[in-house]
Amino acid sequence: MLEDIITASVFASTIRLATPYIFASLGEMFSQRSGVLNLGVDGVMLLGAFFGFYVVYITESLILGVIAALIIGALMGLATAFISVTLKAEQGISGIGIYLFGLGMSELLYKELVGTPRTVAGFPSVDLPILSDLPWLGEIFFQHNLLVYLAFALVPISYFILNYTTIGLQIRAVGQHPDAADAMGVSVTRIRYLTVTLGGTLSGLAGAALSIALLKVFQQNMTAGRGFIAVALVYFGGWRPYGVLGGAILFSFVNALQLQADVIGFELFGWQIPAEFSNLLPALITIIVLVFASKRKEKPTALTKPFERGE
Amino acid sequence: MPFVSQIAHDSAIQTATGLQAGLKNFARASFGRLLDLLPGLIALVGAFLVSAFILLTLDADPIKAFSAMWSGAFGNENATANTLTKATPILFVAIGITVAFRGGVINIGGEGQMITGALAGSAITLSLGDELGFWVIPLALLAAFLAGGFFGAIAGFLKAQFDVNEILSTIMLNQVAVQLMNYLLNGPMLDPTKVGTNHVPETARIVDAAKIPRFRLPLADHLLFDRTSLHWGLILAVLMAVVIYIFMWKTTFGFRIRAVGYKERAARYAGINVKQQMVLSMFLAGGLSGLAGIVQVLGLTYRLKTDGSPAGFTGNAGFNGIVVALFGGLTPLGAIPASVFFGGLLVGAQKMQREIQGASSLITSINGIIVVFVVASQIFILRRARRRVGGEIDAQTILPTEETNA
Amino acid sequence: MKGKLWCTLVVLAIFALSLPSALAQDEPFRVAAVAPSATDDLAFSQSMYDALLAIQEEMGEDNFEFAFQEGTFIVDDAAVALRDWAFSGDYDLIIAHGSQFGSILVDLAPEFPETSFAWGTDQDTFGLDNVYAYTAAADQGGYINGAIAAGQSMSGVIGVVGPIEVGDAKLYVDGFVAGAEAMNPDVTVNVVYIQSFSDVPQATEAALTHVANGADVLTGTAQMVVGPIAVALENEIQWYGTQTSQAGLAEGSGVLFQIYNWEVVLADIIDHIQMGVLGGTAYTIDLANGGITMELSEHSFGGDEMKQEEVWAQVEELIESVTMMADDMDDMDDDMDDDMDDDDMDDDSDDG
Repeated sequence: MLEDIITASVFASTIRLATPYIFASLGEMFSQRSGVLNLGVDGVMLLGAFFGFYVVYITESLILGVIAALIIGALMGLATAFISVTLKAEQGISGIGIYLFGLGMSELLYKELVGTPRTVAGFPSVDLPILSDLPWLGEIFFQHNLLVYLAFALVPISYFILNYTTIGLQIRAVGQHPDAADAMGVSVTRIRYLTVTLGGTLSGLAGAALSIALLKVFQQNMTAGRGFIAVALVYFGGWRPYGVLGGAILFSFVNALQLQADVIGFELFGWQIPAEFSNLLPALITIIVLVFASKRKEKPTALTKPFERGE
Repeated sequence: MPFVSQIAHDSAIQTATGLQAGLKNFARASFGRLLDLLPGLIALVGAFLVSAFILLTLDADPIKAFSAMWSGAFGNENATANTLTKATPILFVAIGITVAFRGGVINIGGEGQMITGALAGSAITLSLGDELGFWVIPLALLAAFLAGGFFGAIAGFLKAQFDVNEILSTIMLNQVAVQLMNYLLNGPMLDPTKVGTNHVPETARIVDAAKIPRFRLPLADHLLFDRTSLHWGLILAVLMAVVIYIFMWKTTFGFRIRAVGYKERAARYAGINVKQQMVLSMFLAGGLSGLAGIVQVLGLTYRLKTDGSPAGFTGNAGFNGIVVALFGGLTPLGAIPASVFFGGLLVGAQKMQREIQGASSLITSINGIIVVFVVASQIFILRRARRRVGGEIDAQTILPTEETNA
Repeated sequence: MKGKLWCTLVVLAIFALSLPSALAQDEPFRVAAVAPSATDDLAFSQSMYDALLAIQEEMGEDNFEFAFQEGTFIVDDAAVALRDWAFSGDYDLIIAHGSQFGSILVDLAPEFPETSFAWGTDQDTFGLDNVYAYTAAADQGGYINGAIAAGQSMSGVIGVVGPIEVGDAKLYVDGFVAGAEAMNPDVTVNVVYIQSFSDVPQATEAALTHVANGADVLTGTAQMVVGPIAVALENEIQWYGTQTSQAGLAEGSGVLFQIYNWEVVLADIIDHIQMGVLGGTAYTIDLANGGITMELSEHSFGGDEMKQEEVWAQVEELIESVTMMADDMDDMDDDMDDDMDDDDMDDDSDDG
C-alpha cells in the first residue's frame, strides 16, 4: 500500500515542484532579513515567467530568456524597493499592488504578443554522469534540468553569503538593529535596495523556472498563487536558507504525494480521500507550521518597519 | 407583499436619516482631509495616464476606451445599477478591512470570509426559508456574520497568540475556504435536483420570500432602476458603514481597537487587552466580509455557486475591498464613494472590453498601480499630519479619553 | 488530415442547408456572447467563438454581427454583460456560454421577454419561452477517444487530467473511461481532478505523475491542459483532446480530438428566432447531428498516412456504433458499457 504512493517518482516530483519556491523564497528571505516584506512575489514571478517565455519563443535562446526574466525581476525589485524603502509605503498592501500589476500586465502582454497557447523548447533534462544512474537517488536528484540544479545550489551559497560575508552581516544587522547598523556607518537604504532587488531578480527567475524549464508554456495567472506560498515558506523556514529549503521540500512533498494518491486512487482505511480535502492540506499545513515558526530567534525585528533615522 | 414593502419603507426612512448623518460627517471629514485626498487623486490621474499610454501602445484609442468605460459605469440607468451592484459586496469587505486595519491587522482573507459567510447563510436560508419566509433574511445575515467573523477571528487569534503573520494566514485560509465550498457544493449542499446530472457546483435556489428585494425608485415618469439588478443590499452596506463609523469613532469599544492599531505598546500600558482587540477586530472584519458573501447570494445570484475558483463566487470582492478601503482613506464613510468609484471602474472595464475588445486585464494592472500610488502617498499624509500636531501624534493624544472611560 | 476535411465538409453541408432564411434579412442578425475564458484557450470558450466566426463566414459580415466578451470567469461580470446587452435591446440573441451562467438567465430572461437567450452546457430552458439551452454529448467523443486510446496504449495505463468533477468535464471523462474499458477491460485509467480549471503547474505535475505511474497516453479537459499537452510532447506520448482541436499545439503527440461545432445549434436557433420563436428548445450536439466531430491530427503517428487511415477507419466504425446506440437508447451512459464490448473491434485492438 504505502510503497505504492511513496515512490522515487514522488520524490523527483517533489524536487521539481520545490524549484520555483526555492528561488522565490530565497530571494524573499534576503529581503526579509534586511527588514522588508515583499508580498508582490507572485506578480513578479508572473512577469518573469512571461518575459522568459516570450524571449525564448522569439529568439529560441534559453540564455536570453533567463536574462530577460532576471532583468524584469530586477526592475520590479527596484520598483518595490523604491516604494517600500524610499517612499516607506505599507509593505503588505503595496505588495498586493505589485502583485495585481504583475498579474494584469503579464496577462495583457501575453494576449497581445502571443495570444494562443504555445509551447517552447525549454531547458531539457540533464542527467548528471554516473550520479543519474544510481538506483532511486539517480531518478530523484540527478535527472533534472539546469535550473533545478541551480536552485538547489543557491541554498548553500545563500547560507554562506548570509553567515560568512560582510554583506551578509550587514543584511542581518539592518534587519535586526537598523539604528545600530546606521550608527556604524552601514547604509540601511543601500542594503535594503540591494536585497529587495535581489529578491525581485530571484522571483523573476522563479517564474522563468516555471515557464521555460518545468512547464514550457505560459498561461494567464499560471503561478496560481505560488508566490504567496513562497513568502509563507520564508516564515516557515525561520528566515534561514536551509529552513526555507526544508519548507519548500515538505510543502512540495505533500503536493506530490497528494497527486500520486489521486492518480492511483489511494484509499486510507478504505476511504477515498476527497480531492477537495487533499487540496486544502498544503494550506492547512502551512498555517500549522506558521504557528510553530513564529517564535524563531532569526525573525528580523525590523521586518515591515521602514527605517527612520533617530526614531 | 405589503409586508415587505412596509419594511422597505421603514428602512428607507432609516437609511435616509443614516445617510444624512453619514453625509454630514463625510462632508466634514472630507473637507478637513481634502489635502490628504490630493495624493490619492494624483495617484488616480497618474494611473489613468499610465493606462492611456498602455492603450496607445496597443493601438487602441484611449479616448474611445475611456468613454466606453464611462458609459459602462454610469452611461445609463442600467450601467449605474450595475456599478452600484458591483460596489455592494466590495463596500462590505472594505468596511471590514477598515476595522481590521485600524486595529493593526491587515485582512487579506476577505475572499475566504465571504465564502464561509455565504455558506453558513445559504445553509440557513435553504433549510428555514420555507418556514420563515422573509424573516429568514436577518437570520441568514446573522449566520453569515458569525461564520465569516469566526473565520476571520482564526487569523486574529493566530496573530495575537502566536504572532503568525495575518497576511499569510488569511491567504492560506482563503484556500481552505474555497476547497470547503467546492466540497460542500458538490456534496452535502448540492442542489438536490442536480444530483447525478451534468451540473456545476451549486446549491438549490432560495425561495422567493428569502430574496433581498430589488431596489426601485418610483419617479414621475418611470420606475428608476426598473429591469436592473440593483437590490437593497446596497442600502444595507451603506447602513453598515454608518454603524461601523459610529462604533469605531463614537464608542469606547471602537476606541480600544483603534488604540491598538495606533500604538500597540502604548495601548498595552493603558490597560487595553491587545490580544483581545486583535481577535475582535478580525472578527468584525470577517463578519462584514461574511455579510458581503450572503448579500451576494440573497440579493443577486439567489443561490451559492462557483466554478471551483474563489473568484467564481466572490468576484474578487475580497481583494478589491482592500483597494477600496485604502482609497477611502481607511474610514468606513470614505469607503462608500470609493466603492462606487471602483465598482464603476470594474464594470466600466468590462464594457471597455466589449466595445473595443481591449483586454480587461489592463484594469487589473491599473488597480495595482493605484494601490501602490495610494499606499506610497500615505507617507505625505503622515508627514502633513505630523507637522499639524507638532511632530507628535501618537496614542498619547487619544489615550487620556480612554482612561476616563476605563 | 483527411478526417479534418471530411468533418468540415459534413458540418458545412449541414448548416448551409439550414440557413436560407437568414440570408433574406435586411438588418444584420446580432448576437452577443459571454464565455468564461479566452477565445483562444483551445478549449470551451474557443469552441463558441469559432462557431460564431463560422456562422459569420456563412452568412456574411453584412448579415451577421456578434459581440463577444471573453474571460468572464467571474459570474457577476457575465451577469453585468448579459444584462447590459439585454437592456440595450440591440441584440437578437444573447448567449451565456458556461453552465455556471444558467441561474443568471432564470432572473434575466423573464425581465426581457422580447429578447432571446441561449445558454449551455445544460438542457434546462427553465420553462421559459425565450431561453434556448444547448449541451454537448461530450461522452460520445470521450468514448471514442477512450476506445482508441486504450487500443493504442502499450503500457495499458492511461492518464486523465480533469479540472473539477462536474459538468462537461465529468461527462467527457466518464465517457472516456467507459470507452477505454470497453475496448480493453484490463486497461487502467487513472483519473485526477486537480480542483482547478486554470492551475497549469498543478496540471503539469499531475500529468508527470501519470507518466511516472506508467501512462503512455494522456487526455484531459479545461484550459489548463496546455500543461499536460507539453508533458505529452516532452515524453513523446499520445494526447487525446476535447472541445476544440489542439492539433497545432500538441504537434506529434496529438492523435484524436473531439470537436464541438456549436454552429449546428446556432444556425437552428437563428432560424427559429427569425421565424419569431424565441426559445423553449434544448439542443444536444452529438455525433449524429454533426455538432460533434472527431478530428485525427495530421501530425499523428509521425505523419504515417497508412497508420492514420487505419485508425480513422476504427474511429468511423466507433462513430457509427455510438450513433446507433444513441439512437436506440435514451440513457446511453448506463448501457454503453454493456453493448459496446471489444467483440466488434477485435481486428483493431491488435494495432496498438
